[in-house]
Amino acid sequence: MRQLRKLAVAVLLSFLAAVASTGHGKASDTSLEATISALASAKLKDRGNHIEALAATGDAQVVPFLEALAAGDVYFKKSDKTVFITRKAEGGLQLLDPLSLEEGEVVGSRSLKKVKVNNKLRRLVRGAVAGLTVQSHDAGTRLEAANALYKSQDLEALPLLKAAVAAETDETVKDAQERAIAAITLKNVKASEAERLEALGKFKAQGDQEALALVSSFLPQAKTAAESEAAALAIQSIEKSLAMWDAVENVWYGLSLGSVLLLAAIGLAITFGVMGVINMAHGEMVMLGAYTTFVVQEVIRKSFPGFFEFSLLFALPLAFLVAGGVGLAMERGIIRFLYGRPLETLLATWGVSLILQQAVRTIFGPTNKEVGNPDWMSGAFEIGGLALTANRLWILVFALVVFVVLLMVLKRTHFGLQMRAVTQNRRMAASMGIRTPWVDARTFALGSGIAGMAGVALSQISNVSPNLGQTYIIDSFMVVVFGGVGNLWGTLVGAMTLGVANKFLEPYAGAVLAKILVLVFIILFIQKKPRGLFALKGRAVDL
Amino acid sequence: MFQHSKKVASAALFGLMASAVMTTASHAEETIKVGILHSLSGTMAISETTLKDVMLMLIEEQNKKGGLLGKQLEPVVVDPASDWPLFAEKARELLEVHEVAAVFGNWTSVSRKSVLPVFEELNGILFYPVQYEGEESQRNVFYTGAAPNQQAIPAVDYLLENEEVERWVLAGTDYVYPRTTNKILEAYLKAKGVADEDILINYTPFGHSDWQTIVSDIKAFGTAGKKTAVVSTINGDANVPFYKELANQGISAEDIPVVAFSVGEEELAGLDTEPLVGHLAAWNYFQSVDTEINAEFIETWKAFIGDEDRVTNDPMEAHYIGFNMWVKAVEKAGTTDVDTVIDEIIGVAVPNLSGGYSAMMPNHHITKPVLIGEIQEDGQFDIVAETDGLVAGDAWSDFLPESAKLISDWRKPFSCGNFNVETGQCGGSATN
Repeated sequence: MRQLRKLAVAVLLSFLAAVASTGHGKASDTSLEATISALASAKLKDRGNHIEALAATGDAQVVPFLEALAAGDVYFKKSDKTVFITRKAEGGLQLLDPLSLEEGEVVGSRSLKKVKVNNKLRRLVRGAVAGLTVQSHDAGTRLEAANALYKSQDLEALPLLKAAVAAETDETVKDAQERAIAAITLKNVKASEAERLEALGKFKAQGDQEALALVSSFLPQAKTAAESEAAALAIQSIEKSLAMWDAVENVWYGLSLGSVLLLAAIGLAITFGVMGVINMAHGEMVMLGAYTTFVVQEVIRKSFPGFFEFSLLFALPLAFLVAGGVGLAMERGIIRFLYGRPLETLLATWGVSLILQQAVRTIFGPTNKEVGNPDWMSGAFEIGGLALTANRLWILVFALVVFVVLLMVLKRTHFGLQMRAVTQNRRMAASMGIRTPWVDARTFALGSGIAGMAGVALSQISNVSPNLGQTYIIDSFMVVVFGGVGNLWGTLVGAMTLGVANKFLEPYAGAVLAKILVLVFIILFIQKKPRGLFALKGRAVDL
Repeated sequence: MFQHSKKVASAALFGLMASAVMTTASHAEETIKVGILHSLSGTMAISETTLKDVMLMLIEEQNKKGGLLGKQLEPVVVDPASDWPLFAEKARELLEVHEVAAVFGNWTSVSRKSVLPVFEELNGILFYPVQYEGEESQRNVFYTGAAPNQQAIPAVDYLLENEEVERWVLAGTDYVYPRTTNKILEAYLKAKGVADEDILINYTPFGHSDWQTIVSDIKAFGTAGKKTAVVSTINGDANVPFYKELANQGISAEDIPVVAFSVGEEELAGLDTEPLVGHLAAWNYFQSVDTEINAEFIETWKAFIGDEDRVTNDPMEAHYIGFNMWVKAVEKAGTTDVDTVIDEIIGVAVPNLSGGYSAMMPNHHITKPVLIGEIQEDGQFDIVAETDGLVAGDAWSDFLPESAKLISDWRKPFSCGNFNVETGQCGGSATN
């Protein structure tokens, strides 16, 4: 009797095995299709099971479908519920077969319904795709898969990863795979103590925030005393190294904020600092620069999409001309009648700033405009524990370049000489045959133009809206007054000091209080040194 | 030939006369004035200009249908220029000089607080279309935006259930709406068993543009080995640099999702949305709501504004609901008299754009569905969750000890906006 039962079980098992193996063979297409269409018609909550079922087939054919699903490119027809991968095409969406990727007809989007996914499903898909591509032919894909598994820590992928790491030849991919194995080992209850200790050692050496997250989530699950001790030690050591990098990070953030302040203020250092004009419309010059960038990008997007990466380079000179031109018109039209009358200048330029804002609002609309980041302006790279974001780095570089160029213009060119002569002693300069009114106009245009160029840079990190200028005007005046009126070096040091001070205060005091404290500090500082950090000395001061 | 042209001439003459008669008739005929109190300049113009336009559209549509009580509606637009005291002055101008029957307006809470005394003194009607912090119920104001229990709490529930979030960052701009909302959320999370050290609260100034430190703090906070999410009450312009910084520091929605209460289709229009895919927003309406009535609304809006790229958003729907409620209440009352309309509007139900009916509650808030959407690359939202039924707006939050005991009911003879069930007394007609 017992034998008979055994036999029956064996027969049943072999039958099952046969079914399973045919599932991998030719018949798989139909079963895959069935799962795919079941996935599409399932509720959002139940789609996870179907994704797992697709991943469990181990069939690399489903990878494009899963990737399209995560990207939100999978739709089904409202009429007959057939599922397609779609691609944008003229007049609607191009349908592709989900498995064979054969191109079908182009239909309007109204007859289709999207197969929605949420973050949870996207994570699941990411893990599933990684499991399927971990042994792909392409090293880049393998690296991506290993990194995704490091994040998803999918237990089932462990044997796959181990097989992959044994066959791996590329060093970076191998590193990533070993890291993923270590992360999964910490999650794996079946792993031996030795394996776990090795994994902990690996993360201790890695010493970044992700390692900290992994180790601290492991700590409560530690099984032996040795494990929990090793985990605690690892956490301690990682936290120590993070604390050190924290200080470095604060300096970097401070310098980066300082570079933004410098950019915003450097034009003002000319118009207010050198010429003494309280220009409330300075912020609007920055805004005009940002809108110039927007217009340039629109034109490039429409007519020369290939040049998008260079859009900022085209925008820079144009922004200089636009803002400089407006500045010139302002000086000739209004400000030249008001020299020596600071209060009237203040009110008049404030009025101009309102006019410019409302004009932009009328022309471009009150909503934010989208200014895209070229690829070289986005993303981040790491130096040790410090993540440098590309846009901030480029802005810092750009601010310093503008500063140096401006310094050169003032010190080394004929125009710079005239400018300094006029600001230091106007009547003497006039007697020497310098046309002082024109020097004034050109100086003002130069300051405004630089503000416009700052707008191009700031459009990369800020909103492009008619209010853009107001965000920066107070800060700009703060920097110029603190650094010392009439001195470019003062502006540089002032901007960087304020930036770093702000960023060191922020973690302790919060962003709101940090700003207040900095303002209070400047007020007290001005009481003590009314002329700022780098005061101009000599007779020029009294003019 | 001659005869023919004579005919034409007489027809033309007749037409001319008819139109002359008609214009004099419409001059003689009184119009009903509707006030629109939205900033068209200054910092809030970015959001409020759209609401002014949608009101003009709704009024135009109503006039096409024959107006109200046989009269044409006449919009009176004023510009309070994002200046809070000016809101009070302009509200006074609308009520005293133009004698409008109802006012639709305001965006920020501080501007609403500024006009409240005016509406109370001059007995006007204000429809307020924006989500707000609650803790208010005033006789002259109808709150068609979401109260915290119609937006914030369902959003947190979604994250608890679907993302299994255990650590929370409550990030907001430093003013009354985020502060109150975060106070409510903090109490709610603690009631759900979230520990103190798992909640990080952070405030930033208006228009904050340098998010490096805060984003890296959030990143560090997320390394405790527990799933972390950000609940954002960051307002207005500060959102763009915030999301840009998140993307730059490599935080994706799959790692740390951000659910926002002030980011809608309109805000996303100014943003490179690619790095934002998967971040969440909670509203009572999304443009992507798939209903006939919504498709019609979007079509009308695009035609009215003459721009195919313009989007619709939640506060626009709130005005749509509020305006239709007012129209219905006036029709029911047969007059635009303020006191009668205030009494009649309670219980009035009108279709909302997500396929149901919204009703005006006795506490002057309305019933709405709550939708959770994920940002898509095209700047639209995919709706990933929806409350089962409609949620009734709760003026006084149940999660704050001082307001849990207050109820509001403006039906006669009770007529009280802040009745204290413990002391059995009405706290007075004023707010708070």
